[in-house]
Amino acid sequence: MIEDIKILEAVERYITGEMTPDERVFFEGLRKSNPEIDQTVVEHTFFLQQMNRFDEVKNFKNLLNENHIHLAEKGLINSPRLKGKAKVIYLYNRYKRVAAIAASIAGITALTMSALVWSFSPGKPTQEVQALRRELKQSISKLENKNHELNQKIDNVKDQAQEVIQTPAINYKSGGTGFLLDSKGYIVTNQHVIEDARHIAVQDNNGVDLNAEVIYSDAQRDIAILKITDKRYKSPGSIPYSIKGYGGDIAEPIYTLGYPRNDIVYGEGYLSAKTGYNGDTLSCQITVPANRGNSGSPILNKNGEIIGILSAKQNTAEGAVFAIHSKYILNALNELQKDTAFKNVKTPSSTVLKGSDRMQQVKKISNFVFMVKVD
Amino acid sequence: MKADNNEKALLQGLSKNDKKAVESIYKDNYNIVQALIINNNGTADDAKDVFQEAMIVLYEKVQSGSFELNCQIKTFIYSVSRRIWLKKLMHQNRFNLVEGHADMISVDDEMEDHEKRNNEYGMMEKAMNNLGEPCKSLLEAFYIQKRNMQDIAAGFGYTNAENAKNQKYKCLVRLKRLFFSQYKNESL
Repeated sequence: MIEDIKILEAVERYITGEMTPDERVFFEGLRKSNPEIDQTVVEHTFFLQQMNRFDEVKNFKNLLNENHIHLAEKGLINSPRLKGKAKVIYLYNRYKRVAAIAASIAGITALTMSALVWSFSPGKPTQEVQALRRELKQSISKLENKNHELNQKIDNVKDQAQEVIQTPAINYKSGGTGFLLDSKGYIVTNQHVIEDARHIAVQDNNGVDLNAEVIYSDAQRDIAILKITDKRYKSPGSIPYSIKGYGGDIAEPIYTLGYPRNDIVYGEGYLSAKTGYNGDTLSCQITVPANRGNSGSPILNKNGEIIGILSAKQNTAEGAVFAIHSKYILNALNELQKDTAFKNVKTPSSTVLKGSDRMQQVKKISNFVFMVKVD
Repeated sequence: MKADNNEKALLQGLSKNDKKAVESIYKDNYNIVQALIINNNGTADDAKDVFQEAMIVLYEKVQSGSFELNCQIKTFIYSVSRRIWLKKLMHQNRFNLVEGHADMISVDDEMEDHEKRNNEYGMMEKAMNNLGEPCKSLLEAFYIQKRNMQDIAAGFGYTNAENAKNQKYKCLVRLKRLFFSQYKNESL
């Protein structure tokens, strides 16, 4: 390589005439005796010429384009603007047959495809896949109930004549997990978590229940977006993670944070298949510990980018858990933004977690993951 | 045919990339070529491409030095444009041209020459694009902008001119390989 460079350098100095007369005589001798050197000189001369010519033509092309724009603006040449209509008609005439044929083929194909899809689609996987929505353990609520009864008794004693009508405490019966999409209080979770809900509350990392309502839900993709309506909600700051617009790769390490119990639980695993149950392309298969209540948990990669939402597990197979691809979160968000009331809902486009270790990441994220409780 | 002094001056200007000369030739000849293309299944964009290619053919000719035009510039450009467009139409199986301009010359040699050059241009463009940075800028700085090595070393952050020179040669070897690999494939 170094030899080659030395030769090339000599050849170039020879061609450009930078050699001293002595050097030149010596080099010409070399050229005569060594056909390889001679060949290199010829080739390099040609190549330098090619480079120069390339540059000249390139510059000339630029000059031509400048002139074209300039002359067209001044109206000194017939500018293409006036050809607008004529061009459309002309193109129409030229391609109308092709277009007609293409359209009918497209029509037939569309019909055939939809027939095929209809006859082969697996339908809703009802039995084998279990949505991981949690039936909330009622112990705390029971305690509260007892308190409540006690209070009532006391009240009754205090004021026997009047029947006290209190708003009954809501007993949340089931739940899942959700995470903030926008720190203004927009939470994304699974649609099945909030299905048929009368009341929804989200519980933050400190155990405070906040009222929320559904503002978007898509049963097919199993995605819902909630808005925290509670006045007590305080934004936990800017969201550290981002939502990735495309899927991860098989074997990519992943982790999740969710509420299968009353405390936030961390789990880690890997992406095991790019499609979900029965080849479902909306979701992917992951291997990660998942229990009831994990539905709606974010699935993150090592950079702290969300690649999916945990949604279900397969009962008939060991360790098969499914997550909905994160791009459907972004799609849902786009849909939501079409409503002018929500056009300012935004999610960060880049993660600030990249490079920090897992403990730090989890610490930051846990303030943004909520338990979703449903009555 | 009277070898117009004005035309001679224009061609001389063209060979030196003189903006005025190019503008003048452009202005006087564009419309007639555009009319030809549009009357023959082309669009204004096609016309622009064809006309500019014809301008390049003329440019290459005057660049070669020994060139003397033995017809009017208009005739030359029209003939070349017509030829280029005919070739494009042949690819779409359409042959007959509807045309208004009568003066024409045979441009077979010019076209053959031009096609060769055009191919080479394409190959160099591809090679340059495949070369990547910083090689591309480095070579352009040295061979095209003709900046000296000290200057380049400073601009590209090399510790000294010697380093920059070595890097430049490495890049050059790569560019040559990229270029000649296409060139050899082409000539087979």
